Amino acid sequence: MNARQITLYTVLLAATLVAPFLFPDFRTQLATLWLMIIVALTWDMTGGQMGYNSLGNIFFYGTGMYVAAVIAIGLVYDVGEYTDAAGGGRFDFTDAQYFTGMLLGTIGAGIFCSMTAVVIGYLTFGLRGPYFAIGTLGVAIAAGELVSNWDWVGGGQGIALPVYPGDFDVGKLVFYYLFAGIGVVLFVFLKWLYSTRFGAAINAIRDDEAKAEAMGLHTLRYKLTTWAMAAFFVGMVGAISAFQLIHFEPLESAYQTINLGIFMVVCVLLGGKGTLWGPIVGAVLFHVFKEVTWNYLLGWQWVALGALIVITVVYFQDGLMGWLMHRKPEWFGIRVEEKTAGADR
Amino acid sequence: MEQVLGNISLLFEFPVVNLKIIVDGVMVGALFALAAYGLALVWGVMNVKNLAQGDFVIAGGYVSWWLAGKGMPPLFGVPIAFIVLWGIGWVIYKLVITRVIERDLFTSLLATFGLAIMIAQILNLLFGSDTQSIQLEYDTLYFFDGFVDIPIAKLLGVLMAAVLATCVVIFMKTSRMGQAIRATAQDARAARVLGIDTEKVYAFTFSLNAAICGAAGAIIVMVWVIQPFYGIAYSIRAFVIVTAAGLGNLPGVISAGLGIGALEQYGAHIFGIGYQQAVAVLLLLLVLLVRLIQQRRMRQSLQ
Amino acid sequence: MTSIIDIQDVSKSYGGVVANAGVSMSVESGGITGLIGPNGSGKTTLFNSIVGYHPIDHGSIRFEGKEISKLPVQQIARLGLLRTFQQTRIYGAMNCVENMLISMPHRKMSFFDAFERNRSKDYERADVLLDFVGLYEKRFLRAGSLSFGQQKLLEFAMALMNEPTALLLDEPTAGINPTLINGLIDRLKRANTEFGITLFIIEHNMRVIMNMADKIYCLAHGRLLAEGTPEQIQNNQKVVDAYLGAH
Repeated sequence: MNARQITLYTVLLAATLVAPFLFPDFRTQLATLWLMIIVALTWDMTGGQMGYNSLGNIFFYGTGMYVAAVIAIGLVYDVGEYTDAAGGGRFDFTDAQYFTGMLLGTIGAGIFCSMTAVVIGYLTFGLRGPYFAIGTLGVAIAAGELVSNWDWVGGGQGIALPVYPGDFDVGKLVFYYLFAGIGVVLFVFLKWLYSTRFGAAINAIRDDEAKAEAMGLHTLRYKLTTWAMAAFFVGMVGAISAFQLIHFEPLESAYQTINLGIFMVVCVLLGGKGTLWGPIVGAVLFHVFKEVTWNYLLGWQWVALGALIVITVVYFQDGLMGWLMHRKPEWFGIRVEEKTAGADR
Repeated sequence: MEQVLGNISLLFEFPVVNLKIIVDGVMVGALFALAAYGLALVWGVMNVKNLAQGDFVIAGGYVSWWLAGKGMPPLFGVPIAFIVLWGIGWVIYKLVITRVIERDLFTSLLATFGLAIMIAQILNLLFGSDTQSIQLEYDTLYFFDGFVDIPIAKLLGVLMAAVLATCVVIFMKTSRMGQAIRATAQDARAARVLGIDTEKVYAFTFSLNAAICGAAGAIIVMVWVIQPFYGIAYSIRAFVIVTAAGLGNLPGVISAGLGIGALEQYGAHIFGIGYQQAVAVLLLLLVLLVRLIQQRRMRQSLQ
Repeated sequence: MTSIIDIQDVSKSYGGVVANAGVSMSVESGGITGLIGPNGSGKTTLFNSIVGYHPIDHGSIRFEGKEISKLPVQQIARLGLLRTFQQTRIYGAMNCVENMLISMPHRKMSFFDAFERNRSKDYERADVLLDFVGLYEKRFLRAGSLSFGQQKLLEFAMALMNEPTALLLDEPTAGINPTLINGLIDRLKRANTEFGITLFIIEHNMRVIMNMADKIYCLAHGRLLAEGTPEQIQNNQKVVDAYLGAH
C-alpha cells in the first residue's frame, strides 16, 4: 500500500473510533449505519461480485437474531418457559450471564447461519437470475411465517431479551463499537479476499458461469463458500441487533423482507455493485437519505423509499462507483485503448 | 401436533369436508389463475417479471370499493376498475417499465418490487390498513346438509373471471393486436423488422395486464377482502402458478391456479389459518425445486 | 495408436428432431482429427454431447478409457477435456491477463489454493501463452473490447492455460480475416506438437482442415457418412454429394 492509501485508511479508522464521541446524540444512528454497511457489503459478495442477486439475505439476519436469543436465554433458563411468560415474571440475568450470552449467542448465530447457507445454497444455487432472487425471497418470507407460528420461540410476539446491564448511554457506545468492529473486520477481510484467486473466480462466475464451468471451475464450491461467509457476518449482526433492539418480532424485526431486506440491495445499487467501496458509499448515502426523509416526509416515507428503489434501478444502475469508473477509469487501473481503424494484428 | 393429526383425520371421517375445501379453493384459485395469466403475458412478451402484479389487483379492488362507497352498483366496479387500471398500467409502463425492458432481469424484478412497495404504501395512506370488502345481498347455496356452502356472490365472481378470461383469449387469437403481441413474444426483433411497432405492443400488453388485474381485484373485493399489504401474497401465488405451468400454457395456468387455491385451503385446514401464507410460500419453493430437478436432468439451469 | 476419445453408437434427439443417430468414431491420442459436414449435420450437437453439455439418448462416450456420458460439464473439463465455443466465450469485463489467470487448471489446485494470490510464475505462464497467440501487446486491455478474431485467440490461449489433454475446437477459423488464418493454423499445429494436446476440430474451411488433420470424419443428416485421411475424404463421392447436394 502506498503512503496515500495508508493515510486514508488511518484517517478513516480514527474517524470510526471517535465518531460516537463527536456525535453523542447520534450513537444509535451511527451504529445503524455500520449495520447497513455490513449487510450491504455482504449482499454484494454474492450479488455484485458473484452475480447471484439474493432477495433473501435477511433470512440470515432474522435467523441470527433467534439463534442468539435462544442461546443467551437457554444458557440460563428454559426457553419455552421464558417465551411463555412473554415479558411478565421475573427472569433476571447477571452481568456475566448477559455478556456471555451475547458473546456465545453471536458466535453461535454466525456459525449456524453459515451452515444453513450451505444447505439452502445447495438447493437454491441451481436457480439463476430472477428465480434465485424469488427463491431466496421465498425462503425469507417462509421463515418469517413459520417462526411466527412457533410458540417455543415466542410465536407472533417474538422474544424480549434482557436490557443492557449498566448505563444506557454506555450501552449505545458498546453496540456502536460492536457493529463498527465487525464492519472493519469485514472490510479488511473483503479487501484481502477480492485480491485472491477466489475473488477472480467469483467474478468469472458472474461474467460467464457456463464458461467457468466449461473451464473446470468448482462453481458450486465457490458459490456455497461465498454465501456461507456472507451469512456468517449477517448472522452475527443479526445477533447483536437482537440485543440492541431488546424486543424483536418475527416479521417486523427479524425477517423484515421489505425493510432491511431490500435496503441492503438499494445501498449497493446506489453505491455501485461489484466494487469494494460501492456498498459502503451507498450505505452512507442511503442512510442519510432515510434519516432526512423519515422526519420530513411523515407518512410518505415508504412511498419515497419505493420511488428511490425504482429511480435507482432505472437511472443509476451502475451506482456512484460505476459512474466514477466510467468518467475516470485511470483511477481504477482500467486501461482503455483508442480504437484505430484496421488494428487487427 | 395432535391438532394437525386431528384435522387430517377429519378429512377421512367426513369426506364432505374435502369437497368444501376443494370448492372454496377452486373459487379463489380461479382468481389466482387470472392474475397468473396476466403475469405470464407480460413475462412472455417483454421478459419482465412483474412483482407488482398483486398490487395491481388490490388497487383495482380499492377503485371499485371506493366507487361503491359513493353509491355505484358494485358490479359496475369490474369494468371501471379494468379501465382505470389500464390507464395506470399505461402510465407506469411509460415512466418505468419501458426503460428496464432491455436490461438484465434482476433490474426489472427490482424495479417492479419498488413499484409494489410504492403502490402498497400509497393505498395504505389513501385508504387505511383495515381490510375492506363490499357486501352483496345475495343468498348462499347450501349442499350436503349445509356442509358445503357456495355464496352466490362468489359464484358470480368466478363466472365473471371466466368471462373475462375468455374474452381476453378470444382477443389474443383473433384480433390484429393479439397477433402482433404473439409475434413479438416469439421474436421481438423479427416483429420489428416486419413492421410491428413493438413499443406499442409492449405498452398495450402491460396495460392489458394491469387491467386484467384490476378487474380481478374488483371481483375479489366483492367476494373476499382486500388490504393494502395483501398484494405481495397475490404476486407470489401468480409466480408459483406461472412457474409450475410454464409460459404459453393456458390450460396449465388454469389448473395450476385452481390447484394452488385448493392446496392452500387444505394447508389452512390441516395446519391452521395462521399458516396460510406459509403454505403459499412453501408451494413456491416446492415448485422451484421440482422445476430445478427437471432441468438438472437435462443438464440445464433454471433461469 | 490409442484412441483418447471413443464414441460408440451415440444418438441424440431434440423434441422429435434427430440430431445424431448411431454415430461412432474415435479420436487418436496426440493427433489432429477433423469433423466436417454440411450445416445441420449434427457436428456441434456431437461436440456438446462429448463435453457433457446435454445427456445423450443412447450410446457411450469414453475419454481416456473412462465413461463420461453421464458426467456434467465441470467434471469432464476437470478430466482434461476442454472445448472452445463457436460464438467465442471469454470474460469480457476482465483484461486478457486476468482471463488467463482464471483459466489455470483448477483440478490441479486444492480448495485452499484459491485463497492465495496468483504467483509470479502464473503471470509468466500467462505472458508466455499470450505471446504464443500474439496478444502480448494487448494483454492489459479489457477482453470485451478486443476484436472478434483477437477474442478467438484469447479463448484459445485460455484453453492452453488450462493444460488440457484434449481440446475440442468448434470452427476455430470462422469469422477470422483470411490473412490471419495461416497464423492460426500454425499455432494450432504447434499446440499439438509442442504441448502434446490432442485436437478434435469442427471446420467448414476445407483448405484448413485438409492441411491439418490426420484423419477426418464426415457427418450428414446426423449420421456418419465417411471417414478417412484427407485424400480419401476429398476423393469420396458421397462427401462431395453431401456438400453440393445440400445447397
